[in-house]
Amino acid sequence: MTEFVKPSIQYFELWPLLAVFGVACLGVVIEAFAPRAVRYTAQVTVALLGLVGALVGVVLVARDVQSYDDGAARGVFAVGGTIAVDGPSLFIWGLVLSLAIAGVLLFAERHLDGGVSAFAGQAATVPGTDAETAAIAARREHTEVYPLMMFAVFGMMLFPAANDLLTMFVGLEVLSLPLYLLSGLARRRRLLSQESALKYFLLGAFSSGFFLYGAALLYGYAGSMDFAAINEAVRNDVGSSSLLLIGTGLLSVGLLFKVGAVPFQAWTPDVYQGAPTPVVAFMAAGTKVAAFGALMRLFYVALGADRWSWQPMLWIIAILSMFVGAALAITQSDIKRLLAYSSVAHTGFILTGVLGVQASDQLAVGEITSLQAVLFYLTTYGFATIGAFAVVSLVRDSGGETTAIERWAGLGKESPVVAAVFAFFLLAMAGIPLTSGFVGKLAVFSAALAAGAWPVVVAAVLASIVAAFLYVRVIKVMYFDEPVGAGPSVAYPSVLTATTIAVGAALTLVLGVIPGPVLDLAGVAGEFIR
Amino acid sequence: MTQYIVLSAILFTIGCVGVLTRRNAIVVFMCVELMLNACNLAFVAFAKQHGNLDGQITAFFVMVVAAAEVVIGLAIIMTIFRTRRSASVDDASLLKY
Repeated sequence: MTEFVKPSIQYFELWPLLAVFGVACLGVVIEAFAPRAVRYTAQVTVALLGLVGALVGVVLVARDVQSYDDGAARGVFAVGGTIAVDGPSLFIWGLVLSLAIAGVLLFAERHLDGGVSAFAGQAATVPGTDAETAAIAARREHTEVYPLMMFAVFGMMLFPAANDLLTMFVGLEVLSLPLYLLSGLARRRRLLSQESALKYFLLGAFSSGFFLYGAALLYGYAGSMDFAAINEAVRNDVGSSSLLLIGTGLLSVGLLFKVGAVPFQAWTPDVYQGAPTPVVAFMAAGTKVAAFGALMRLFYVALGADRWSWQPMLWIIAILSMFVGAALAITQSDIKRLLAYSSVAHTGFILTGVLGVQASDQLAVGEITSLQAVLFYLTTYGFATIGAFAVVSLVRDSGGETTAIERWAGLGKESPVVAAVFAFFLLAMAGIPLTSGFVGKLAVFSAALAAGAWPVVVAAVLASIVAAFLYVRVIKVMYFDEPVGAGPSVAYPSVLTATTIAVGAALTLVLGVIPGPVLDLAGVAGEFIR
Repeated sequence: MTQYIVLSAILFTIGCVGVLTRRNAIVVFMCVELMLNACNLAFVAFAKQHGNLDGQITAFFVMVVAAAEVVIGLAIIMTIFRTRRSASVDDASLLKY
């Protein structure tokens, strides 16, 4: 048994994490002590200030980090080697924080539903009872959603930066638990919302059980939870390889569930349809970014020496995700379910990038590493998704949001601007040139080609064609179909949602026309420190 | 040593099968907890085998996480039960296709 050594905490490098966590705790205190009237303003202000402060912290830390161990990677290990503050971590932190700022703006939107937010007035009341009517009449609001979201952001930042299995598990749970609750808090269609929370929770808890057992088996194999130690053990082939293989498989179940890859995609459409749209916008973008960061760190840093075992598995899962996601998306009649299946297809495309070459010194001129490609794709995907869901929250009828695709017919005449912006997001997801999606797809495909994964790339190109059909179908409905009945109406958003959509659309355009700066930034992020 | 690992694997499998076959959300949830506890047993057994404390400390963290999960999970199941007067996972079937 070794002596207990007090870990030193790198407060400066961890400032973004600590700021978000502090703001989350402060939100709980506000909820407990502030009078109801000021809570909304206080919570939104505190959340936004905290996120902006953390984002500034990320920039400062990124300017300051030094090369690690004189290698190509830059960064430091914090808190006794459990958290890696390196280039990829910082890039993902910046991305998650930007998406979270957009998420707070969507959460705070009150114009769309007659002066109240998209969240249940009082979640404890049973739908359809007098108590619920009273809560609605009193214009109650759950301002707890802001601290819950801040805890989720904290988890999203901890998860990809975790450098041992225990920290990664804690990050996974801190990210997931608030999202389970947030999914169940919709103001309208509360039965659907509660059902989505139940499904998300049960399946999520089930998959984190797999993750944890995988962690236990890897610990049994390597005798340590630390990624570097696991890598060392794999290199030296110390223990029973069946422990390693089963452990890797079980860990991947947990991670692939979080990114929504086939065959672990079952929760995605249900949760995306049932949960409140602002939550879906934030969760769809943020969870994917964080979970892919964690997935790459686990596979590259801890299991990099064993890549011949896990790469074939990822090949198959990438191909399945692309085709199943695209094929099932075509059959959907609900726009949120369609976007959910399209996110499954995107998971497949991102996994294609994960299969690329990891080390920059093994590349020919003009090729990019898988990490650079995936980080860029996540940026394009994140902003297009959050923007698309923000647009979905605008199209409404008397019963709240109208998400049936056939009810979107005639949107092009009703509101040309909204229809055009949504069509633009769809084209970006389809990967049409001059949108960010095109450059993102190009990046992940070339990264995978450089590593010789051409069968996956061929499949990905074919799946892109299938996926393009489904996006074009929605555009056709919006512009060329005759409206059913009164047709859709578009709620006029406040500056909050409008800003989110505008920024999402602008970034989607800019990243498509001049992708250089962000691609370079993802390149500068470099490699994971080991 | 192997016995403990085998026992934890059996417990994990029982939990896993339980999640897939049971219909009451509370029982499904109990089976998830059984899986987490099977993990704890494996962690502690491996910690003994390797002679370091990592696995034992992890077991404490897992207990805390499991407790947090209970809080969230029971809250969600409670709201579903109050709305539908049933905690069966088969009844919650509005979201499909």
